[in-house]
Amino acid sequence: MLKLRRPPCFSQLCAAQRVVSQSAFAFLFSEMIQYSQTRVNTADELIAKLEDAGVGVGRRALELACWRERSSKRETRALWKSLFGAHADSLQKVQDSDDEFMIVEKEPLVNAFISSAPVNCAAFVAGGRTPSPPESGRLGRRLAAAQFPAEVSAHDNEEGATVLLIKFAPEVLEREKRQA
Amino acid sequence: MPAGGCLFVIVGTDDKPIYQAEFPEARSQRREDTLHLNQLTVIHAALDMVDELVWGTQAMYLKQVDRFNDFYVSAFVTASHARFMLLHDARNEDGVKQFFTDAYEAYVRLLMNPFFDSGAKVPASFDQRIRLLGKKHF
Repeated sequence: MLKLRRPPCFSQLCAAQRVVSQSAFAFLFSEMIQYSQTRVNTADELIAKLEDAGVGVGRRALELACWRERSSKRETRALWKSLFGAHADSLQKVQDSDDEFMIVEKEPLVNAFISSAPVNCAAFVAGGRTPSPPESGRLGRRLAAAQFPAEVSAHDNEEGATVLLIKFAPEVLEREKRQA
Repeated sequence: MPAGGCLFVIVGTDDKPIYQAEFPEARSQRREDTLHLNQLTVIHAALDMVDELVWGTQAMYLKQVDRFNDFYVSAFVTASHARFMLLHDARNEDGVKQFFTDAYEAYVRLLMNPFFDSGAKVPASFDQRIRLLGKKHF
């Protein structure tokens, strides 16, 4: 008799760090983009759709990464590496602005097989241009989830690298000042 | 809440209560009602203490954050700032910490379900699991 078993992912996913092949990811991601593309009229809508898709991923990834560390610390540093397998190329502070930071990626994983597009598909990773609760995008969600409300958006810079611009909400800076 | 019992509440990232349980389960429901409300108020008041304490440390387990008459309130804050609050009247630090750690695992598993949205109803399996943990540790 054929016995139905619970899918292994749910019980085992939590146990160890798993690596998903890049082609599998790219395939699913491209399907997602194509699906979204047929349902939008403008590039902005597509960006919004991609950001929306990243919302749920962010919070889950953050919790999972922390849980796997097993240090019972609220440590958010390891997340980027656990998501993309490597640290971001660089983190810069925007000159003459206290609350803006940039994460620069020369070849972001999510854009690996995307040749040319009207929008930067790293919007999936970035997102959230509204600092209000329905923050979107993976990073936006993550920062919001870790109680750092911020606006995050994806841009191309002149050298073709992808820049995630993060602008923190004023209350975050105030809190940091209080802590210091 | 009978003597030696506990009240467990999870407050989600967006400050909405997600889940609530009592161990051991209350038998006489009628008299408990007013008492119950008081206890919830104690937990709500303790949330302010949690908000103050949480930026001073990196640890998830905040130990005992507040006390009210004979009740102690212990708290645990996850990476995405979901807050686990436990109201108890017996000092039992090891048990509480162990309970929180196990409850955190259950919570992460719950969260991993792509169909679970933080506003949605918590499934019965999660409730069962938490009650089992409550029985084990208290």
